[in-house]
Amino acid sequence: MAANGGFLGYSKDSLQNLYSKVICRKIEIDTLLSLLGDRKSYSCPAIFVCGHTATGKSFLVQTLLKDLELPHVLVNCVESFTARLIFEHVLYQLQDSDKEDDLTASPKCDNMTDFLRHLKHNLLSKDLANETFYIVLDKAERLRDIEANMLPAFLRLQELTQLNICVILLSQIVWEKFQVGTGFYEPIVMHFLDYSKTEVLQIMARDCPATYPEEFFKAYCQLLMSVFYSVCKDLNELRHLALLHFPKYCEPITSGEAQLTDSRKLWRNIEPHLKKALHTVYLREVSSNQWENIIGQDTQTGCENLPGQGISVRSHIELPYYAKYLLIASYLASYNPAHTDRRFFTKQGRRGLSNRAKAAAKAKKSNTQLTGPKNFQLDRLMAIFYSIVEENVAPSANILCQISSLVSLNLLAQITSDDQIDCPKYKCLVNFLSISEIAKQLQFDIVQYLYDFV
Amino acid sequence: MKKSKLQSKRTTCTPDPQLIGEVQSVLRGRIFRGDVPAELHGLDEQKRELLDLIKRCAQYGESNSVLLIGPRGSGKSLLVKTILEELSKTKGVRQNMLEVNLNGLAQTDDRSALLEITRQLQLENTVGDKVFGSFAENLAFLLDSLKSGGQESQSILFILDEFDLFTNHKNQSLLYNLFDVSQSAQTPLCVIGLTCRLDVVELLEKRVKSRFSHRQIHLFNSETFEDYLQVVRSVLTLPSNFKDRHFVQTWSSHIKELLEDREAQAVLKQQFSITKDIRSLHRLLTIPVCSLSQDHPFIEPKDLVDAQTKLGVDCKAAMLCGISVLELCLIIAMKHLITIYDGEPFNFEMVYKEYQKFAQKKGFTVQSFEKPVVLKAFEHLTALEFVKSIDSIAKNTPKEYRLVTLLIDPIQINDALQRYPDCPTEVKQWAMSAIV
Repeated sequence: MAANGGFLGYSKDSLQNLYSKVICRKIEIDTLLSLLGDRKSYSCPAIFVCGHTATGKSFLVQTLLKDLELPHVLVNCVESFTARLIFEHVLYQLQDSDKEDDLTASPKCDNMTDFLRHLKHNLLSKDLANETFYIVLDKAERLRDIEANMLPAFLRLQELTQLNICVILLSQIVWEKFQVGTGFYEPIVMHFLDYSKTEVLQIMARDCPATYPEEFFKAYCQLLMSVFYSVCKDLNELRHLALLHFPKYCEPITSGEAQLTDSRKLWRNIEPHLKKALHTVYLREVSSNQWENIIGQDTQTGCENLPGQGISVRSHIELPYYAKYLLIASYLASYNPAHTDRRFFTKQGRRGLSNRAKAAAKAKKSNTQLTGPKNFQLDRLMAIFYSIVEENVAPSANILCQISSLVSLNLLAQITSDDQIDCPKYKCLVNFLSISEIAKQLQFDIVQYLYDFV
Repeated sequence: MKKSKLQSKRTTCTPDPQLIGEVQSVLRGRIFRGDVPAELHGLDEQKRELLDLIKRCAQYGESNSVLLIGPRGSGKSLLVKTILEELSKTKGVRQNMLEVNLNGLAQTDDRSALLEITRQLQLENTVGDKVFGSFAENLAFLLDSLKSGGQESQSILFILDEFDLFTNHKNQSLLYNLFDVSQSAQTPLCVIGLTCRLDVVELLEKRVKSRFSHRQIHLFNSETFEDYLQVVRSVLTLPSNFKDRHFVQTWSSHIKELLEDREAQAVLKQQFSITKDIRSLHRLLTIPVCSLSQDHPFIEPKDLVDAQTKLGVDCKAAMLCGISVLELCLIIAMKHLITIYDGEPFNFEMVYKEYQKFAQKKGFTVQSFEKPVVLKAFEHLTALEFVKSIDSIAKNTPKEYRLVTLLIDPIQINDALQRYPDCPTEVKQWAMSAIV
């Protein structure tokens, strides 16, 4: 409605082009354009755009600025992680378009005062004084960690420089989380709603390979979404998965087993793969390349069991004999309350818990499996270690060394600081699955010793 | 009746696109850049006091220091701007005074502040834009040149915006020196500090505080609703020197109608009860002003209503509608944990257990997912800062056992559930029932 011919001094063609590039975002484009105004007019000092990942925030802003040829600079706050890098990035971009300048001389600027002066100088010298200049800060949530004055200063950049500057912040975190201290200039907040199901389909249909009709691809996307949509609404992820599995989906057609319209057969073919992909590719346990290989082999050999040998399955590491026992001992120390040690690890205790003790254990479930590992002292670890290792082990330096190497492998965590060698405390960081794996190698029945499983 | 009247007016007046552009540029200047509107409301007394002070400094060489204190958006900078504009018209004052603008956001340490002062005063050791000399030299030079002056030399007006940030500087040496010069009979200085902190005097060191004149001017938004409407009018009226007289008349009659309209008044009243801050009024007017176009040359009450609903959107609740069903289930599980355990922090394992209790019930169509998939969803919620870890030593605990809290109100969750597209019925029921 608002986009009548020559809207705000921009030509109709470029606007039409914009609408066709960025689909399903017409309202947002119109609001943004009206806020920015035409080239010469004063635009809003700061605009904050928030929305989930893959709702087209950066894409929309970038294409808009690029297509309408507005002077702008893009800064990614992850990439430029200090104030200095941001300043120099902005100044460098400004300098860049100036052909006569020596490109090797990158601007030096490390505080706000210099930045403002240089910015003013650059803009005025390049006849940009009349036009609005845009600074886009992507991943703006990182600005909060840089320096306390960065965010407020950027929000009032227009006032500080007395020039026509508009700062656009893009983030996936809501504006309330940015407010700190005595407050600052409040930007206009724009919220990008996420795409509805039909819009997602519409966008995904653009990826359709030329060799297949679009309707066919759309139907495939719908199938894919029926599996993934309740877990993942991220458009990027969905598009990636769709392209990854499309060859597999089309296989019956290429081999001549089915027609394009034979949707039920195609579905039966693809469904198990998609379900498996949910546990492997979606979690990045298998890289997309590997997955393609696995799917490819699958059809040749016809075996069904393979997909699923991911990173997590291979995650166990080879440890020395005593280190394994140390790790088990630390697990027992972390997940068992100290007062139960006597029952599990002394001679009387070995006979098994009395019925009364079992009942007591049941009654006040400690639930360490739910609350996580507890700290323990080195003495306790060693005591449990000697009790579970059958043979006699000398308390040599080697054993103690193994403990510190377990810490550096991130299997144990040292809680007390490094300088305390007196009585260090540790915590076990290994989960139950891996520890039972290790226990199995040693033929040690760990469940018998765990208070939670009594 | 009214509508038809409006309609007839619109047809009689043929708005020129250029004219609309000019209207927009005037209004945009006021809203975005802080251009001075035709009249200031409710700041007369403060203005007189400050004007008097600056004049005395310029004319008689009196040194002064003053703090302007008021909440954000109460017109501190605007007041200074108006006064300076007014003074620039009187010749005797303007020639006799130099102006130095500093901002606590830009000048984060004394060194850069000092360089900025030298630059703005255009002292001899500057060449073009560059300033030479070390910090100590610079300070000595500056102090020398300030001290060498007497009553008859040109006076300097220091405007320190975000004054409270200057108190964070090391030893507050800049403030100390400025106040010290203003106390002793040297170059006449007038130091104006603008801040929004009421306790700013307590932030000063003792020696700095004793040199400060303790003159404070408070700007509080103490207007009534009638005054507020006047402010709206003065923001929206076109200046008297506008080109097209005829259009100005129709425009002002439109503004009058707008302010008398009941719908528009309700919106403004609501805004007024949220905050009396003028800047948020500007924010409310932004969208209506920006959407003026040839087809839509005047601000209608409907625009204001739309703008208010747009501004009033609860972003967090809106973000909640964008998460996947699995993530929504996790949030509901967390909500249950909070209600059961009275706001105690929880970890992923507990949430997962609660989720499984629900998802593994027979006959439910909601899929039950494996632990790694659920963990990924949980991490996404953490990345969105819906969930926040409470212990700082997170490195020492496995991911599943880190204690976290939920940062969403149960009311927001219920709200989001109502609006969530295609929400499974079981999930809704589960959210309503306290314990499954």
